[in-house]
Amino acid sequence: MDKFTTITGIAAPMPLVNIDTDMIIPKQFLKTIQRSGLGKNLFDEMRYTQDGAEIADFVLNREPYRKAEIIVAGDNFGCGSSREHAPWALLDFGIRCVISTSFADIFFNNCFKNGILPIVLPQEAVAVLMEDAQKGGNARMIVDLEAQTVTTSEGQSFGFEVDPFRKHCLLNGLDDIGLTLEKAASIDTFEARAGLLRPWV
Amino acid sequence: MTAPRTLYDKIWDDHVVHQAEDGTCLLYIDRHLVHEVTSPQAFEGLRMTGRKVRAPEKTIAVPDHNVPTTPGRDTHIDNEESRIQVEALDKNARDFGINYYPVSDIRQGIVHIVGPEQGWTLPGMTVVCGDSHTATHGAFGSLAHGIGTSEVEHVLATQTLIQKKSKNMKVEITGKLRPGVTAKDITLSVIGATGTAGGTGYVIEYCGEAIRDLSMEGRMTVCNMAIEGGARAGLIAPDEKTFEYIKGRPHAPKGAAWEAAMTYWKSLFTDEGAHFDKVVVLKGEDIAPVVTWGTSPEDVLPITGTVPAPEDFTGGKVEAARRSLEYMGLTPGMKLSDIKIDTVFIGSCTNGRIEDLRAAAAILKGKKIKPGMRAMVVPGSGLVRAQAEEEGLAQIFIDAGFEWRLAGCSMCLAMNPDQLSPGERCAATSNRNFEGRQGRGGRTHLLSPAMAAAAAVTGHLTDVREMMAETV
Repeated sequence: MDKFTTITGIAAPMPLVNIDTDMIIPKQFLKTIQRSGLGKNLFDEMRYTQDGAEIADFVLNREPYRKAEIIVAGDNFGCGSSREHAPWALLDFGIRCVISTSFADIFFNNCFKNGILPIVLPQEAVAVLMEDAQKGGNARMIVDLEAQTVTTSEGQSFGFEVDPFRKHCLLNGLDDIGLTLEKAASIDTFEARAGLLRPWV
Repeated sequence: MTAPRTLYDKIWDDHVVHQAEDGTCLLYIDRHLVHEVTSPQAFEGLRMTGRKVRAPEKTIAVPDHNVPTTPGRDTHIDNEESRIQVEALDKNARDFGINYYPVSDIRQGIVHIVGPEQGWTLPGMTVVCGDSHTATHGAFGSLAHGIGTSEVEHVLATQTLIQKKSKNMKVEITGKLRPGVTAKDITLSVIGATGTAGGTGYVIEYCGEAIRDLSMEGRMTVCNMAIEGGARAGLIAPDEKTFEYIKGRPHAPKGAAWEAAMTYWKSLFTDEGAHFDKVVVLKGEDIAPVVTWGTSPEDVLPITGTVPAPEDFTGGKVEAARRSLEYMGLTPGMKLSDIKIDTVFIGSCTNGRIEDLRAAAAILKGKKIKPGMRAMVVPGSGLVRAQAEEEGLAQIFIDAGFEWRLAGCSMCLAMNPDQLSPGERCAATSNRNFEGRQGRGGRTHLLSPAMAAAAAVTGHLTDVREMMAETV
């Protein structure tokens, strides 16, 4: 997993609420047995016509958002299925950070496993960031994970919360399976105890 | 004396392997269900790192999302990508020595139907699967939720998950349901009341007389859609109905183990005075047969209602409703019961169990579907299918004009050939009405199996109670 420290990048505004995982990556692209290559199909049915032509007014088809690294989104981003193909597609497109008032639980977890930072901020802050993202042009937003701040192109900063363990993993690009396997002795002990208490499991 | 605990607290406490200072826990996983779509990258990860499956005996795999529901699929799947995914699961199950129900096995079906049916799902367990509808298993009083593929790999390698505890939410459905109202109407009505983010950050415990009165099948339908309300999981405390359902199933405990398990299972309830962070109460008698009109499961209204206008909403929902109505091709103010239907889909992990097929067949008996209607029943498992054939339900569906398919996820998410065409409008017993869910441009109305059967007969969304009056 790539480390996440600071991003200074273009933020794409997607104010629609309840953007679901079927929108982010429709099911026909879940047939892959790989993690890579999904970026071209990110938001496929919103981004392309049935014939595969780009829909000109979709945000990620417009300049400068074609190179967006951040998405500022409406409430409840990532609701729906558990498909990790959603963060894989975002990452493959180049998105490293999504900012919203709320995220669906499984999508939120999946982001951290892939070096994507989901940031939850209050409605007022998201509204300011949405407006900043809509400026386009040369506007750049700054996301600083170490300092836990998002800063608009005009220098207005918002602090955000992030779980310390997840922050540590993102900053260092750590694979958490390796970390858990260091606790193998605890798992052995638990299994032995549970085997006595609940032998039918 | 310990403080009173919720059912969720109790299951959580019994599975904590390690707790860090910041509250992050390593949680032990008792059952890991696996299907072909969200697992290939996880098994590949194990191979690349030389890791093994820690507890293959607690890992159960079945192909369901991609499989065609037409004959011949056990020897050949036309779609190459689907075939590769199913073959990858065959190989991974074999290489890693996990329990497996291939397409050729009569026990194959939707993973969330197979798990309970085979007795893998038991009260008090932690159950995960790379699938959001894992919440289904909460009907047994097990803590069950969906995970992503990285977490699938984590569970395969360590039999644990890194988790932080959710908050406790209680959803109580008081009193009795009225005739024609089912578990599906309960679960959709709850989402209608709380919104698709209403449960975010919570584990829901469903309780109350109307929940107690439900069969295990009905309880699974309710818990199945906890995720559509944003909750990590839905739970129902086990009771005699639960134990009765489990007893004698292939992987249920037997003999002395059964007695020991029963003692433990009977301790699985929320203590008097336990704290819930959020409480929602609905009266059973207030719940009507419902349908969805939009492209979010929260877009729920009683069948007697009318299509809303964007201005009926506030905030970001105004634009979302405008978009939904355009996508769905609906005009504000039109009666929901005037919406014409092209296709009816009965099946899915929400409503693909025997009770669901019985409810639909009860409406269809002696009737025909509307001419020109495309209607299909996709049983949730090979065993549900066999039972429905034995009970004569299959013949009722076939006589009515339904296609009688083989088991799988099918048109719920349309990864297999069962899909809607652009603009095609479907009454579906599944769980998601998202844009494109059942096929690009397809329009989905979620409803109960009985309501789906009624729509198949009339050709439009229909209040099933009118049809019940006819048959009385």
